[in-house]
Amino acid sequence: MSTWHEYVQRNGKVPEWPYPVNYGKVNEVIADVLIIGGGVAGLQAAINAARKGVKVAVAERGHAKRSGSGGAGVDHWHGAVTNPCSKVTPEMYTNACYDSMQGWTGGHVRYIITKEGWDTLLECEKMGIQIRDVKDEFKGAPFRDEATKLMFAYDYANKHIIRVWGWNIKPKLYEEAKRLGVNIYNRTMPTSLLTAGGKQGARVVGATAVNTHTGEFYIFRAKATIICTGGAGRLYVFAPEITASGTMADMNSSGVGQALGWNAGAEFVCMEMTGPGGLIGFGYAPYSTGNASNTYHGTPIVDADGKELPWVDVFGRELKKWEDRFYPQSGQQFQLGIGIGISRTNQEFRLNDIPPDVVERIRKGEFKLPLYADFTRFSEEERRCTFGMMVGNEGKTRIPIYDTMTKAGFDPDKDLFQAPVMPVEGYFNACYWAGGPNTPPTVRGLGGGGFLTDWDLRSNLEGLYAAAGGTIFGGGCHGESHTTGRYAGRHAADYAKTAPEPVADRNQIEAEKEHAYTATRQSKEGNGWKEINAAIARIMRDYCGRYKNELTLNLGLRLLNELKTTELAAAYASNPHELGRLLECQALISVGEMVIKASLERKASNSILDFHRLDYPQMDPPEWNKLLPIKQENNKVKVRELPLDFHLKAPYASSYQENYKKHSGQ
Amino acid sequence: MSDKAYMVPNPPTPNKAVEFNPDICIGCNLCVDVCPTDVMMPNPEKKKQPIVVYPEECWYCGGCVEECPRPGAIKMLHPTQQRISMNWKRKDTGELFRLGMKNPPPPNTRPPSGG
Repeated sequence: MSTWHEYVQRNGKVPEWPYPVNYGKVNEVIADVLIIGGGVAGLQAAINAARKGVKVAVAERGHAKRSGSGGAGVDHWHGAVTNPCSKVTPEMYTNACYDSMQGWTGGHVRYIITKEGWDTLLECEKMGIQIRDVKDEFKGAPFRDEATKLMFAYDYANKHIIRVWGWNIKPKLYEEAKRLGVNIYNRTMPTSLLTAGGKQGARVVGATAVNTHTGEFYIFRAKATIICTGGAGRLYVFAPEITASGTMADMNSSGVGQALGWNAGAEFVCMEMTGPGGLIGFGYAPYSTGNASNTYHGTPIVDADGKELPWVDVFGRELKKWEDRFYPQSGQQFQLGIGIGISRTNQEFRLNDIPPDVVERIRKGEFKLPLYADFTRFSEEERRCTFGMMVGNEGKTRIPIYDTMTKAGFDPDKDLFQAPVMPVEGYFNACYWAGGPNTPPTVRGLGGGGFLTDWDLRSNLEGLYAAAGGTIFGGGCHGESHTTGRYAGRHAADYAKTAPEPVADRNQIEAEKEHAYTATRQSKEGNGWKEINAAIARIMRDYCGRYKNELTLNLGLRLLNELKTTELAAAYASNPHELGRLLECQALISVGEMVIKASLERKASNSILDFHRLDYPQMDPPEWNKLLPIKQENNKVKVRELPLDFHLKAPYASSYQENYKKHSGQ
Repeated sequence: MSDKAYMVPNPPTPNKAVEFNPDICIGCNLCVDVCPTDVMMPNPEKKKQPIVVYPEECWYCGGCVEECPRPGAIKMLHPTQQRISMNWKRKDTGELFRLGMKNPPPPNTRPPSGG
């Protein structure tokens, strides 16, 4: 017996909630540093703050041992450019990211990541995470350095992206955090940041939260707070029955950190940037089909008759041998790899790839569907490394793919792994499992905007820091989350050592408490959270999609408010789990409002932001080549202007190196 | 076998996400504790396998399976629409296989790199 349906029909009764429920019962936690979000960024922040000797609390939505997008594992680590084999410098890497995005990414954050990514990885190694081929499984392979036993991904010439055996990275971080005495509060749904005097824009002194097992209320008081939450995957689409198994963002991805910051008066940039929602889950289970992208980069793809698809370099020249796929060809300096949030724009630093013209060639009959990944065309070491090392350690692959597929008899030495059969446009990109045309064109995702931070990764609010790849402007993916968490943890701890005692405002706490439990007091006929979430996503798709104008954006704002004051206000929560999900709907509405308000402020279309204003159709007018930091002051939007290279302008120094030296504390 | 029927909502889609083997599971609830999204809840009856209450909230990370101290007690099940999309063909013989088929080939027992 496994399912609820089975239980109910066997026992003839509905099981009672298994945890004691005490809505409103107050628990107070006092810490020097409070971390909101216990994913890889949050635990790195916690570990590094605790190492400075301060008292640390983590408020985690799930359970910190395995939660977060990074909690499912990692197989390659970007930005570790100071490793002893790398031919890429922090300046080269940062400039490549910044130039690829034409300035629309936080250069200072990218630089911090490249300066400390390798050091962060070395610390992970000390915690028990394998980052080298210590068992000499791949001795002599072209992607391995014999002296250090490090193994590299994508670009075997420049050696700056490191292959890691990260399937257990989260449990190891969790053990280290516990060992250092970090207090972790699991199943904690934060509802607000506490500010001095309860005032928007004032110093942040903690947070309020609800436990989603017991319904109890938590008041965290802290001298410094770090937001380390993830993205907002549920903002533009809500169809978990279809997408939950195909997504790279779990159900907790609801923009809670951004909402907390926005409501407290924190400043954000580029929230108007959205992109096509390719990885949102309408495709196939991640890594579960034949493909040649990311973890499977370079894998030979053959058609139904065994004819191999071509590969080309960035200049469109066909590559002769499969080995060439892992090297920049003449004229290209180095390759950035994918998965760092700038894949759409990094033309000059792109990977070798299957050319997009295969779409036309399939249509014309040159290649016959279905396509297959044929690992047998690789060398033994490349095959074992791709399906065995990479698949086996990447997020959502150890159990869901490696264990499941091998138990079912799949053998990469003998078998062809079928790619999905889909409309030919789907073969434009070799990440076939993402499912291309399966995702409705209206579905979008936030595209790289986030908290505006300074060189200390502090927000505009005193006492509030931010980290994590998907949450700060200039972040990236897995490794970047670790590294920014580590950096923010150090800085928040230093601040906490000199900061005054946090005094929370009683009125703010009481108001939060009243608000948090509304859904438990409603009529049992009220809507459930899933219906509300679906409506939020509909509003965002319709009124803040790829094309917008002043009127439609304002209509979207009006409808979000309608939803908040009508259906959501009357929604009912049967138990603390549903309450948590409804509170996430509140957060999603806050983030949706922020995205729409940011979109209203940019009165120009922008190609990098994939931002199309029908009322301002001219693309990229130079006078709008600027950031528009946005925040709330007395619940009114305040916008200012900031040059794209603000991180190298006064009050900062003019070079990355100087700023880093001054601010890193290293 | 009773003919008694109940008024219950339709089974969710997907309905299982994970499946327990009651002969091996000892009801320790370690899987319940670590699940990021509360897919499972403890069984009201002590030492019995957990109940899958929110299967549509599962994102299929497999953390519950990794956490389990009793191999074989819990199995992650891809939704049917994903299982039927995981297909392969033996290069030499042209035989077709899929995840979840009735008579699967013998398992490939090679562990992942690093053990």
